[in-house]
Amino acid sequence: MKEKLILIGNGMAGMRTIDELLKLAPDQYDITVFGAEPHGNYNRIMLSPVLAGDKTIDEIIIHDVQWYQDQGITLHTGKSITDIDRNKQTVSSADGIKAEYDKLIIATGSNPVILPIEGGQLKGVITFRDIHDVNIMIETAKTHKKAVVIGGGILGLEAANGLMIQGMDVSVVQRGSILMNQQLDQTASDLMQAELEAKGMQFLIGYNTAEFIGSERVEKVRFSNGIEVEADLVVMAVGVRPNIALAKKAGIMCERGVLVDDTLKTYAKNTYAVGECVQYRNQTFGLVAPLYEQAKVCAAQLARIGGEKYKSSVTATQLKVTGINLFSAGDFNGDEQSEIVFYHDRARHIYKKLVLRNNKIIGSLLYGDITDGNWYFSLLNEQKDISAFRQDILFGQHQVDEEML
Amino acid sequence: MTKAITTATTCPYCGVGCGVITTPLADGTVSVKGDETHPANFGRLCSKGSALADTIDLEGRLLHPHVKGEQTSWDFALNAVADGFKKVIDQHGSDAVAFYVSGQLLTEDYYVANKLMKGFIGSANIDTNSRLCMSSAVAGYKRAFGSDSVPCSYEDLDNANLIVIVGSNTAWCHPVIFQRITQAKNDNPNLKIVVIDPRKTASCEIADLHLPLKSGSDATLFNGLLSHLNITNKIDWEFVDKHTDGFSDALMSAEESSVSIAQVAESCQLNKQDVEQFFTLFADTEKVVTLYSQGVNQSSSGTDKSNSIINCHLATARIGKPAMGPFSITGQPNAMGGREVGGLSNQLAAHMDIENSAHRDVVSRFWETDNLATMAGAKAIDMFNDVASGKIKAIWIMATNPAVTMPDADKVRDALKACELVIVSDCEQFTDTTACADIILPALAWGEKCGTVTNSERCISRQRNLLPHPGKAKEDWWIISQVAKKLGFEDHFNYQSSADIFREHAALSGFENKGIRDFDISGLATLTDQEYDQLKPVQWPVTVDKPAGTARLFTDNKFFTVNGKAKFIAITPMAPVNEVSDDYPLVLNTGRIRDQWHTMTRTARSSKLNGHIAEPFVDIHPEDAAKWSVENNALAKIESQWGTVLARVQLTTSQTVGNIFVPMHWTQQNASLSRVDAVVNPVVDPISGQPELKHTPVKISPYQAVWHGFILSRTPLKLSNNDYCVAIKGEQFWRYELASESNIEDYSAWAKQQLGEEGDYLEYADLTAQRYRAAIIKNNQLDAVVFIAANHELPTRTWLSNLFTESVLSDEARLNLLAGKPGADQPDVGPLVCACFGIGENTIKEAIDCGAAKSAAEIGKQLKAGTNCGSCIPEIKSLFG
Repeated sequence: MKEKLILIGNGMAGMRTIDELLKLAPDQYDITVFGAEPHGNYNRIMLSPVLAGDKTIDEIIIHDVQWYQDQGITLHTGKSITDIDRNKQTVSSADGIKAEYDKLIIATGSNPVILPIEGGQLKGVITFRDIHDVNIMIETAKTHKKAVVIGGGILGLEAANGLMIQGMDVSVVQRGSILMNQQLDQTASDLMQAELEAKGMQFLIGYNTAEFIGSERVEKVRFSNGIEVEADLVVMAVGVRPNIALAKKAGIMCERGVLVDDTLKTYAKNTYAVGECVQYRNQTFGLVAPLYEQAKVCAAQLARIGGEKYKSSVTATQLKVTGINLFSAGDFNGDEQSEIVFYHDRARHIYKKLVLRNNKIIGSLLYGDITDGNWYFSLLNEQKDISAFRQDILFGQHQVDEEML
Repeated sequence: MTKAITTATTCPYCGVGCGVITTPLADGTVSVKGDETHPANFGRLCSKGSALADTIDLEGRLLHPHVKGEQTSWDFALNAVADGFKKVIDQHGSDAVAFYVSGQLLTEDYYVANKLMKGFIGSANIDTNSRLCMSSAVAGYKRAFGSDSVPCSYEDLDNANLIVIVGSNTAWCHPVIFQRITQAKNDNPNLKIVVIDPRKTASCEIADLHLPLKSGSDATLFNGLLSHLNITNKIDWEFVDKHTDGFSDALMSAEESSVSIAQVAESCQLNKQDVEQFFTLFADTEKVVTLYSQGVNQSSSGTDKSNSIINCHLATARIGKPAMGPFSITGQPNAMGGREVGGLSNQLAAHMDIENSAHRDVVSRFWETDNLATMAGAKAIDMFNDVASGKIKAIWIMATNPAVTMPDADKVRDALKACELVIVSDCEQFTDTTACADIILPALAWGEKCGTVTNSERCISRQRNLLPHPGKAKEDWWIISQVAKKLGFEDHFNYQSSADIFREHAALSGFENKGIRDFDISGLATLTDQEYDQLKPVQWPVTVDKPAGTARLFTDNKFFTVNGKAKFIAITPMAPVNEVSDDYPLVLNTGRIRDQWHTMTRTARSSKLNGHIAEPFVDIHPEDAAKWSVENNALAKIESQWGTVLARVQLTTSQTVGNIFVPMHWTQQNASLSRVDAVVNPVVDPISGQPELKHTPVKISPYQAVWHGFILSRTPLKLSNNDYCVAIKGEQFWRYELASESNIEDYSAWAKQQLGEEGDYLEYADLTAQRYRAAIIKNNQLDAVVFIAANHELPTRTWLSNLFTESVLSDEARLNLLAGKPGADQPDVGPLVCACFGIGENTIKEAIDCGAAKSAAEIGKQLKAGTNCGSCIPEIKSLFG
């Protein structure tokens, strides 16, 4: 008799773990997957290209329902798990499905942050998380003109770009002065803002959202400075929080996220967690690369060919907006101990910056020309001493004699 | 369409005096090529001559008279000159005024200047920059022959079996002569070349033997040679007895200073075998020419050195015959013309002597003057000392730049600044000397002026005008004549043309001559204007008897001394006046480089010529460099008791230990602290008055710059003060090499201040590594780049420089711009070797390394390098080393 494995959350991190597990131990488990969304498994990070019309929903599906059948996996779509009984090792869903497990993976992802302000419940005030949100946006764009995106991070800008492509006039609201401040510095932000403005995107920099105004549907956004802007659609993209409600309810130790160790195990017996819901060494996650790393480690544990341990690694980010090329990795701001090397061709919207410590790259930020992003990233990960070619490094790998590398 | 008119003229640079054919082209430029019919060069030109067309633009030219900085009319300026002179003469006498003139003047200009000062103002205070160049050779010839007579012809070099090159980097300083010698060596396998020079110069490339003698020890070597000739029975007793005086005294002195070859070798710091080989070669070779230049002349005992050479030729009767003789080669295009008119303060005119009352009588009557100077005037160094002391209160400087070229040059500059009245005639508006002037007068430049010059082999050759007179610029003779008239000598300066003056000059040379004076061109005294215009190159003497001129002097063994006999001079070798000491342990030698001329006012206009050597440098032996902690390519400070100069260090074993070399060319106009003559000791030869420019005790230390950098800019910049700053004109850009002992607070702000902010601004910074780079791009063309670093290790300028000639800067180049190089997979041609075709060192090396070329000739076939002027062939050959 096979062991029973339950995955809560049919998202990217959880299903990647299943994928990895099937590669390692295809016959070890009876697998059951619960997903709150009514779909198979899709690539959430490709929602932006869908919104931008570059891809269809079908094209971003990783595993359709048939696939689960073929693999002998029991899939429950549209089913939210509401309870975990750690003693009995069972889970139960809102509509009464109950299942036992020998091993459990919690991959409940994250929830978008909803600003606690007046008018949040109005029609047309949404977040950008799933296919449902994308569909609302695409539909709204067909009948309405004005969109306000709150939050100048990756998600906000991708949403804004998509809406613009869908034909809407879009304003992006950003509280601080730096867009994508998790990835960019002021210089890069300025370059990007200028390029996006040239595409028609508008920015409300330094604005604090105070209220959404409207009777049934949102009509305006009011800011703390008193200025009001018309809006038929408001997309809140001000960040995500790990979705820990279920784990907490089950008494599994959580802080900001579900606490996991180096093997992605939670404090509960036979229970793992992966993805955006976890907190690992005080860190939470929002990008795809570390989730895939976690999936690998977790799958190896489940397959009992462990030994692999998760190490939080530096991640590199790009923005999926056509024509905007950026590459950001590591500590791109630096501190007193670090040194900065930069190149800036304002007219060509090119900015490259490396942050070094002891002649090793600890961060890189490329805007406009990202040709060497992966090279810098590997130098960063290798912690290679670059002193031999420090003066040429910013101009690209082609400037450096191979012998020096 | 008008047919292109070609004009045959003469090159304005060195004393070779090459013929040049010029053709103005439809696009406003001028084509320049060597004159195949000219006996000096037979069609050859060196890199400088080939680039003459690059130097004729009017940028920076002085086109109007200026008085006290204000542009004025000619009349106003000439009155100011005449009134100023008159006032000084009235108050302080005629010796309180002076002319300092130049081997750049044409003979006609020179003649009029000399006539005005010595004949009518009545002072002999006219001296010339030729004092710095060949006055020791003049004095040597006069002592030996009774006249300033260069006995030889260039064709003697073609036919010799031994050429001894003494104190001359002929390959760089007289390149066409060097090519002639190279050709002679190719044609005649028996021809041996000996180079005697403390430095291993490019001229050593063809040498069978190089004697890197101790600086200043030439006379010991030639005294040794004289002794050796005696010991080995090579003395031509018949000639010595019949045609010379003083042999035994000379031999005695020679023997005293050279007991044995071993001792000579030791005194000269040479290998005994090398000295022996040289002596044997000289002793055994009849057809020997000793070609000597500044290394002999620019010495506190330069005259003695000349005579020590001449002694050896007299002792063996190797003079006055084809393919032999002591051949002084002059530095300037018209040093010889200046000598002919008497432009030195101890000469009178037409090779007559000021101390000789009979000569004074001849000249007085010819000039119809009763105010002829009766005694020698101040020689250059004394002249500027007199300016400094206030004895001379008004000085008129023509066509030369003494604030740069005089030894102890800072003192000279300061003296000029303090002088009551300084007048400068020049074709350039901005020179270190015009900066000291009260009145500046615009003279015509090469290509505009018209007259004659005489080269090193006594060949009189026409400079003809091919360009219109720009602005208000005038012939020097016209300017001088106008002042003469305003001083009240109108009847004697009524010249209408340079032909008028030439005829008078020629007539004076023949006046009551009858063969008693060497310089006689009376055969040309009656030329019509048209004949003058069409005058073909001709070697003086030119008389009615010898209308075709004279290739060789003393063929009849008759000399111009009182008794007609040549004189041996007993030489006791003298060490340079200032010896090295603990404080100043190194010997500084100065000289020319291949592609620049004098103070660079002309040659620095040519980007091609600036490509070869862009910056002032100091050549130093690696051992010395290590000892004094100076690094290759870094900057060094060279100091003497007299001044300081900065230069870029070049390590080379072509310098002997203890000797360094710095070129003479850089001025305040293009470099902030690189006038080497500010360092040079103001010591002179007591006979010739020629300064010891080749030997100054100095010390060297690293220049403690806190940052180094360079700027390349499409337009010339006014840079805010930098301690070290050299400006170099390139092809469509200006280059500035920079370094400073003071910090820049904010590189970005500084760069924007220097370059402006208009256009696309590209910036690179690695501030902890003290690296800052920026570029400005305007209309998709590179406008400027600046590179700053903590040390001198900056990218080469070649690739960046070439980007200025591109009409559109490619995206790839833009991306690599601030890397300063095209990328590891792209070629960088390296420093320029061939100026004519712009071929770089790396390109040549690559052809050598891959085996594609096995000789300089094959390099020429494949890359064209060295196939035009050939000046770079020694360098190409050295790359095979």
